[in-house]
Amino acid sequence: MARMNMIQAVNSAMDVAMARDPKVLTFGQDVGYFGGVFRCTAGLQKKYGKTRCFDTPIAEGGIVAAAIGMGVYGLRPVVEIQFSDYIYPAVDQLVSEAARLRYRSAGGFTAPITLRTPSGGGIFGGQTHSQSPEAIFTHVCGLTTVIPSNPYDAKGLLLASIEDDDPVIFFEPKRIYNGPFDGHHDRPLTPWSKHELSEVPEEYYTLPLGKARIARAGEKVTVIAYGTMVHVCLAAAEETGVDAEVIDLRSLLPLDLDTIVESVKKTGRCVVVHEATRTCGYGAELVSLVQEHCFYNLEAPIERVTGWDTPYPHAYEWDYFPGPKRVGLALKKVLEA
Amino acid sequence: MAKNGPKDPKNKKLPRLELHVPEPKCRPGKHADFSGLGIPPAGKVARPAIDTPEKDLRHLPYELIRVLDDKGKAVGPWDPKLPAQQLRDGLRHMLLTREFDERMIKQQRQGKTSFYMKCTGEEAVAVAQAMALDDKDMLFPSYRQQGLLVARGCPLVRLMNQIFSNKEDNLKGRQLPIMYSEPDYGFFSISGNLGTQLPQAVGWAMASAYSGDTRIAAGWVGDGTTAEADVHYALTFASVYQAPVILNIVNNQWAISTFQGIAGGEHTTFAARAMGYALPGLRVDGNDFLAVYAATKWAAERARSNFGATVLELYTYRAAAHSSSDDPSAYRPADEWKNWPLGDPVERLKQHLIAIKEWDQARHTALVEELAQHVSEQLKQAASHGTLGNPPPNDPGSMFEDVLKEMPGRLVMQREQMLAFRKLAQPSGEEN
Repeated sequence: MARMNMIQAVNSAMDVAMARDPKVLTFGQDVGYFGGVFRCTAGLQKKYGKTRCFDTPIAEGGIVAAAIGMGVYGLRPVVEIQFSDYIYPAVDQLVSEAARLRYRSAGGFTAPITLRTPSGGGIFGGQTHSQSPEAIFTHVCGLTTVIPSNPYDAKGLLLASIEDDDPVIFFEPKRIYNGPFDGHHDRPLTPWSKHELSEVPEEYYTLPLGKARIARAGEKVTVIAYGTMVHVCLAAAEETGVDAEVIDLRSLLPLDLDTIVESVKKTGRCVVVHEATRTCGYGAELVSLVQEHCFYNLEAPIERVTGWDTPYPHAYEWDYFPGPKRVGLALKKVLEA
Repeated sequence: MAKNGPKDPKNKKLPRLELHVPEPKCRPGKHADFSGLGIPPAGKVARPAIDTPEKDLRHLPYELIRVLDDKGKAVGPWDPKLPAQQLRDGLRHMLLTREFDERMIKQQRQGKTSFYMKCTGEEAVAVAQAMALDDKDMLFPSYRQQGLLVARGCPLVRLMNQIFSNKEDNLKGRQLPIMYSEPDYGFFSISGNLGTQLPQAVGWAMASAYSGDTRIAAGWVGDGTTAEADVHYALTFASVYQAPVILNIVNNQWAISTFQGIAGGEHTTFAARAMGYALPGLRVDGNDFLAVYAATKWAAERARSNFGATVLELYTYRAAAHSSSDDPSAYRPADEWKNWPLGDPVERLKQHLIAIKEWDQARHTALVEELAQHVSEQLKQAASHGTLGNPPPNDPGSMFEDVLKEMPGRLVMQREQMLAFRKLAQPSGEEN
């Protein structure tokens, strides 16, 4: 076991994957010599050589297309899109190609690629370094969407993603790279080293895709979240004293519906939280599923706490970001309903 | 693995394929080495008439148009023979751009804003180009052409207000610092995503042509961004419709940590991209104010005379870090800028002005002082309207404006929710 932050955990997963399987290679903008602008691939080029960890042109569509071609050959490329805000030039390759290749070729060709990309705001990155575009991809059949909330999960889920035989989009919430940010932006960030989930085995392990984690057990209300928002929701539960059960989804598709349904049937109340824009966000799907499966167990309307339906505004970042107080109000509201 | 892989006995005699990944000559710890660049002497490239058919211009992408020689003399057919006052104006704009950059990066370091990007070493590109274009021509910049706004006389305080996201920020605190938008100065909103503006510049130029206008457009991307598909769109549309546009590729050698070889410049020039689209491609010494001015003027006249688009590769060096978030000492030799064979654009124009006896060191020192004073005054004025988060911005409801022309019902509702929450949760102001 070692203490790792999210960056180190991602780096360790890459290291383990590349050591285990010569078919795994990684590339992206500034990924090679420099080791990535967030340092997630630091040291890999030195260790595995310049053809297994290398820099690419600034061409997100080209990066994903090349990865698909390599996947078709039989390799397992892991590509980095430097910020998820820059993923859109690659959307055609992801949506029309990677996601549908198995289907349209009746299994004759597949794209076993993993796309890593930092997402989310809270770093004063403005509208081009803050987005959470996960729902765009959960709307597409054929893609797996993973979002870890801590170093232990990040490593196990990334290794599972790389081994997965279908395309995986692996979002890394950049606000929690260095610590479990709980939304209190005016307080110093607690580093991961003080958190139990920063204990990460240095060796190989995987976590199953599609298995949620109960981040906090509780009886009164089920809170469904992922990524940074898991820590915001935990803070909200502590600060309001509401006996909330916080579910960390870990992967959006496949979705661990059983864990959600079991929890909501127990608590009878539900709050869905994400940082992304509200309308047609992933929360809409969650609310719908809970309604379909738990309608007769619900004691109150389901609440959604999300970012607003605007681009991420630079100066008003903390009015946009759904922090612990907003989540806390929602918790109280569903309890009082 | 594919069935005909290296273990297939039928392939025994074939050489094993090798994956090529370009690498720069030097990395940190080594000295800069620009010996292979083959910089030609100034004044050697012929200046064709603006109506020359593209097929007769195909040598130009491999030349380097230079006017100022090592002694500061303007030589050869590309010398635009500008009046001394215009040269002094150019020097002033470049010096002001540099001083502005130095002061604003300090503001970022002091926590007064979140982000900044300097254009040090590249001032001639934007300044000379703005001066060579008409003031009504439309500019579609990337994020390192602040010199365009300086040369067009945009008050620095406007730019500073945007950088500080303060209450006078014309973009209402919405955009990352330096992502300016200045319609009154013919300066398009900077995206932050790369290359998107280049085909938009072509579209604007097509609209100008469609409308029988006289204005042209110019767009800028870096060497790294040429890899984006948008640049291909721009070249294709510019070629097909003979759009009156100048497509500028600022080759500053580095795209964050990747050298221009990764962008496809290892075995050719970026100007040569133009040939495949039957567009003229001029490669220009980007640190030579006169060469940049002359090449831009040539392309502008060509466009204005209905001979279509030109690609300019401005060959320069990114002396500064990519941004305030970047540390170039991790990926390139520290002494590259000092050894850049095309020198410093500010020093070269100064040297020229002194050589033609239109300038001297005393005047230069006085100008530098005057500009520093000017930037200080503008900074004082901007800071009086606030810096990032100090005081906290006071119109959060404005974040819901301009999503659409009319605010849709769901946003009206969300704005009410947000303001009600603010009142409830944070009577004193800041925390969510």
